[in-house]
Amino acid sequence: MAELFSKKNNEALVTPLFKNNPVTIQVLGICSALAVTSKLAPAVVMGLSVTIIVAMSNVIISLIRKTIPNRIRIIIQLVVVAALVTMVSEVLKAFAYDVSVQLSVYIGLIITNCILMGRLEAFAMQNGPWASFLDGIGNGLGYAFILVILAFVRELFGSGTLFDIPVIPDWAYQAGYINNGLMLMAPMAFFLIACIIWVQRAKDKSLQEE
Amino acid sequence: MKILRNYLNKIKPNFEEGGKLSAFRSVFDGMETFLFVPNDTSKNGVNIHDAIDSKRIMSFVVIALLPALLVGMYNIGYQNALAAGTLETTTGLQMFLYGLLLMLPKIVVSYGVGLGIEFIVAQLKKEEIHEGFLVSGLLIPMVVPVGCPLWVLAIATAFSVIFAKEVFGGTGMNIVNVALIARAFIFFAYPSVISGDSVWVATEPVLGLGAAAPDGYTCATALQHVANGGEVLGAAGTALSPCDMMLGLMPGSIGETSVIAIAIGAIILLWSGVASWKTMFSVFVGGIAMSLLFQYTLPENPVAQAPFYTHLILGGFCFGAVFMATDPVTSARTETGKYIYGFGIGAMAILIRVLNPGYPEGMMLAILLMNVVAPFIDYCVVQSNVNARARRLIKKN
Repeated sequence: MAELFSKKNNEALVTPLFKNNPVTIQVLGICSALAVTSKLAPAVVMGLSVTIIVAMSNVIISLIRKTIPNRIRIIIQLVVVAALVTMVSEVLKAFAYDVSVQLSVYIGLIITNCILMGRLEAFAMQNGPWASFLDGIGNGLGYAFILVILAFVRELFGSGTLFDIPVIPDWAYQAGYINNGLMLMAPMAFFLIACIIWVQRAKDKSLQEE
Repeated sequence: MKILRNYLNKIKPNFEEGGKLSAFRSVFDGMETFLFVPNDTSKNGVNIHDAIDSKRIMSFVVIALLPALLVGMYNIGYQNALAAGTLETTTGLQMFLYGLLLMLPKIVVSYGVGLGIEFIVAQLKKEEIHEGFLVSGLLIPMVVPVGCPLWVLAIATAFSVIFAKEVFGGTGMNIVNVALIARAFIFFAYPSVISGDSVWVATEPVLGLGAAAPDGYTCATALQHVANGGEVLGAAGTALSPCDMMLGLMPGSIGETSVIAIAIGAIILLWSGVASWKTMFSVFVGGIAMSLLFQYTLPENPVAQAPFYTHLILGGFCFGAVFMATDPVTSARTETGKYIYGFGIGAMAILIRVLNPGYPEGMMLAILLMNVVAPFIDYCVVQSNVNARARRLIKKN
C-alpha cells in the first residue's frame, strides 16, 4: 500500500494540477478550452470526459507498452483513444443528451486533444499502469480545473447565470447593468487564460524566465 | 512660473527614497516633468537632443483635439434640442453647457481610470509615469456615443489600458491604438450602447439644462440611414443638408461628426509636424479609390451607391484619418510604408462599410487591422530596400 502512494506517484497526480498544468504551463488543449467554456455545464462534462479518457487510455497503453512496436505506436495509441472517445460520446448521448448537443463536435475532437497524445507518449509509454492512471487523473483534473474557472467567469459575466440559474439580480439589470457579450466569444477566453497564466507566473518564481 | 518651480523644489525631498510621501514618487515625477522640461533628459547613449519630447507632442495632439471636442459638446446640446423640438427656445450657450455637463463625467472617468492604472503600474515597476494616456484619455470619450454609460466607459478604459498597452510595456510599445481598443471592446461586449438607434442623441434633461425627448424617441446615425438605402435624416426627422454634415450637426459619436473642426485639428497636427501628411493623405486616397470602385461595380448596394464624398464626411472617417491613423506609435514608420498603411486603412474602411451589412461603420476595424499589419509593411519596405542595394552593389562590381 505504501508503494501505491509513493512520492513519485503522488507527484504524477499532483503536479499537473497546478505546477505543471497542461493548459496554463504546457499550453495544450487550448482549442477546446476556448470552445466549450461559454457555459459551466458543458465545461464540467468536458473536463470529466477528458479526465476519464486520459486515465483509461493511459492505463491501457501502459499495460501493453512492452508489446507495442515502436514504429506503429502512434496508430495504436490513436485506436485506443478513439475507442474510448466513442464510448464516452455514446454514453453522453444516452444519459445527458442536452449537454452532448451543446458540446457537439468537441467530444469527438477529444481524439485530437494534445493532452492525450502528450501523456501517452511522455508518460504511459515509460511507466506502470498505476502511475499512469494517477498521471491521467491528474492531467485531466488540471485541464478540467482551468475549464471550470474559465466557464465560471464567462457564464457569470456573459450570461448572468451559473449552471443556467440566474444569479445577477433583476434590480441590477434595471439599474442599467448589461451582460458582457464579449465574454461569450472565443477571444475573451484567450484573455482569461492569459490572465490565469499571468497570475500563476507572478506567484511562482520558478516559472519565470530570465 | 518661478513660484511654482520653487514650490516643487521645496516639496521634492518628501517624494524621494525614504521621504514620507515616497509612495507617490511617480505621481510627483509625472507632474514635475509635465510642467517643466526635466533637467536630466538622458542618462547615457543619446547623441541627438531635440527641444520636443513626448509630453510636448502629446500636448499638441490634445490642443488639436480641442476644436472637435468643443463642437462635439455643442452638438450634443443641439441634437437634444432638435429631438425635443425646443430649438427655438434654447440658446447656443445652453446647448453647449448641456453638452459640457454630459461630456465632462466621461472625460473624468476616462482619465481617472486610465491614469489610475498608469500610476499604479509605474509605482509597481518603479518607473516614471508614461504620458501616453494624456491623448488616449481624451480620445476615448470622443469616440463613443453620448448615450454610453459611465461604468461601461470605465471598464473599457481599464481593459484597453491593461491589455492593449501595459502588457506590451507601456507607452510607445503598444501594437494597436489604445483608444480604439476601448471602443472595440464596447462594440463587441456591449453592442447595445454603441450601435442601434437609441444612443446617439441625449434625451434627458440634466441639472435643468436640455429637454426631454418624446418617449421611445429613436434616431440612427447618418451612416445607418445610408446603409438602409433611405435619405440621410437628422435628429428632428428631416433630411440633413450638406452644410450640417460639414459642420457636424448630426447624430454620431461625440467627436467624430464635425469635418471642419477635425480639419482645424489636422492643420495643427501637420503644422507642428506631429502627424505625417503621407498617412493622412493616403487614407483619403484609399477611401476615394475604394468608394469609386464600388460605385461602378455594385449598382445594387445602397452604401456603394452613395457618392464618394459622403463616405468621407460621414461617420468616423475623418476623425480616424486625422487622429487615429497618424498615431506615430502604431502606424508604419518607413516613409513608403506610410502610403501603403494609409491606403490600406481608407480602402478597408469603405470595404467594411459597403460589404458588411452588420457594421455600418468600418473605420475602427480598418485602423485596428492595419495597426497589426504595420510592422509587416515596414519589414517589407526595409527588405526591398536592402535587396535593391544588394543588387546595385553586385551590378557595380
